[in-house]
Amino acid sequence: MGSSHEQSLGIALPNSIRHYPMGDQAIVLSFGDTLSEALNTQVRKVVACIENWSQPGVIEYVPAYTTITIYYNPLTITYQELLAALQTIVQDVSDDPKYKRVKKEIPVYYNGDDLAYVARYNGLTEEEVIHIHSAPEYRVYMIGFVPGFPYLGGMDSRIATARKEVPRLKIEAGAVGIAGQQTGVYPIATPGGWQIIGHTPLQLFDLSREKPSLLEVGDLVCFVPIAYDEFVKLKTESYGH
Amino acid sequence: MLTTIQDLGRYGLQRYGMAVSGAMDSYALRLGNCILGNPDNEAAIECTVLGPIIYFEQAQLICLTGADLSPKVDGQPLPMWQPVPIEAGSLLSFGRPNSGCRAYICFRGGLDIPEVLGSRSTYSKGQIGGWQGRALHEGDRIAFRHHYTGKDSLFHWSMDPGLYPDLTTEVIRVLNGPQRDQFESDSLQNFFSDVFTISKNSDRMGYRLQSRPLQLKEKKELLSTAVTFGSIQVPPDGNAIILMADHPTTGGYPVIGQVATVDLPLLAQKGPEDSIRFERIDLDEAQNLLKQRQIQLIKLKRAIALKYE
Repeated sequence: MGSSHEQSLGIALPNSIRHYPMGDQAIVLSFGDTLSEALNTQVRKVVACIENWSQPGVIEYVPAYTTITIYYNPLTITYQELLAALQTIVQDVSDDPKYKRVKKEIPVYYNGDDLAYVARYNGLTEEEVIHIHSAPEYRVYMIGFVPGFPYLGGMDSRIATARKEVPRLKIEAGAVGIAGQQTGVYPIATPGGWQIIGHTPLQLFDLSREKPSLLEVGDLVCFVPIAYDEFVKLKTESYGH
Repeated sequence: MLTTIQDLGRYGLQRYGMAVSGAMDSYALRLGNCILGNPDNEAAIECTVLGPIIYFEQAQLICLTGADLSPKVDGQPLPMWQPVPIEAGSLLSFGRPNSGCRAYICFRGGLDIPEVLGSRSTYSKGQIGGWQGRALHEGDRIAFRHHYTGKDSLFHWSMDPGLYPDLTTEVIRVLNGPQRDQFESDSLQNFFSDVFTISKNSDRMGYRLQSRPLQLKEKKELLSTAVTFGSIQVPPDGNAIILMADHPTTGGYPVIGQVATVDLPLLAQKGPEDSIRFERIDLDEAQNLLKQRQIQLIKLKRAIALKYE
């Protein structure tokens, strides 16, 4: 992706990593342009290298599907200095990624307004949709859009459903939805066009927790079907009233 | 119009989808804090186009910076870019917007607003920070953190206005965006020659621009990646959107350019119907301009520190 600054980092990872500036305060490390678990795994390996990095001038980083964007203060460190520093730290652990795989369960009461539509759209029964949606282990590829919103990979294509033609003005916090090949959970109430199949009683983003976001990039996620009584009980617990 | 509490923003949580927010014109905020002898990051009130009416129950030393929205105290014009003591029982109000669209009311010692996740900035969409996670409404009462006694203070000085950008400038300097090569060469030429108009549908999240549509060579589905304040995204309709302080952390549209950080304050002072033009700048030049601005600010701080001794 054309920039005169674009080069490759010659480091010992399966693919070479490209890098380019995004404006005057960010460097982007890019692992490729296609969605694949292998590329996202590389993203997570490099994140593991930089997550406890105390490099002066580095402000924060944002991992995505196939990129990591690192924000820096150009008054403290130059683009080239940051690049050199990255080369040392990323090389250190390239063959021994210490990243941990955390598995998290998200209980879902499958009562969404669009559950019947998703079933009809795919020629399935509602029970089959629930079964297919709650069967796989999903991976958190990235978090973005609004605080705590996970982009999950691994949904079964048998329940893939196009977005609503007219987005809803309000989708409740905790709504579990499908948009094309993706599935996700809305952490806060917002307008949106996803097909809503259920609701989780958990808070995906809660300021009162030490780590406000329930999920992190790289986590494995399972959806566990629950009944209404359980939903009410858990919701009362997680919202603290 | 929109009045919110803002400091320099909430950093370190973008990987969890948390917007940075903060002052749209961070330079005006820093200058205001500097003039009052506050730390750069102290929170102030950001007013948009039509300012609020504020009743001072207690005396305070304040400073107005950024846009000239005709500030007045008890009906008398209030000078900007200098410390001004306000007596208890005074009414601060605003009139006709003369230049720019965002003014900052800074307070010596700051406002009594709790920090949320390390910042006092308001992120309205997430209902986080600032005053109860929202814009200020009629009837809100905000306390000062420091009591102002100000018996013998005389403030017969003001900042050299030449330190702040000329807000009539239309030119915004832009670095190449990561996806600029995906655009038609005609569109890239137009990007640097056309005049863009900021649409009414613009806010703290983003500015929508109107011009000839910018075309991609081929329609290509992009994977979402990080975007930031000043990223110029082009959705399929070809009308560019510049992401501003409350921008989402990630986006999936191609980014044709990235506004140089040094020009974000100027851009933040542009409002609906204003025209802008883009001029290319390279990375070294953009970073040098930031360094020069920082040196100016340090010099100003040193000079002002003597006034408060």
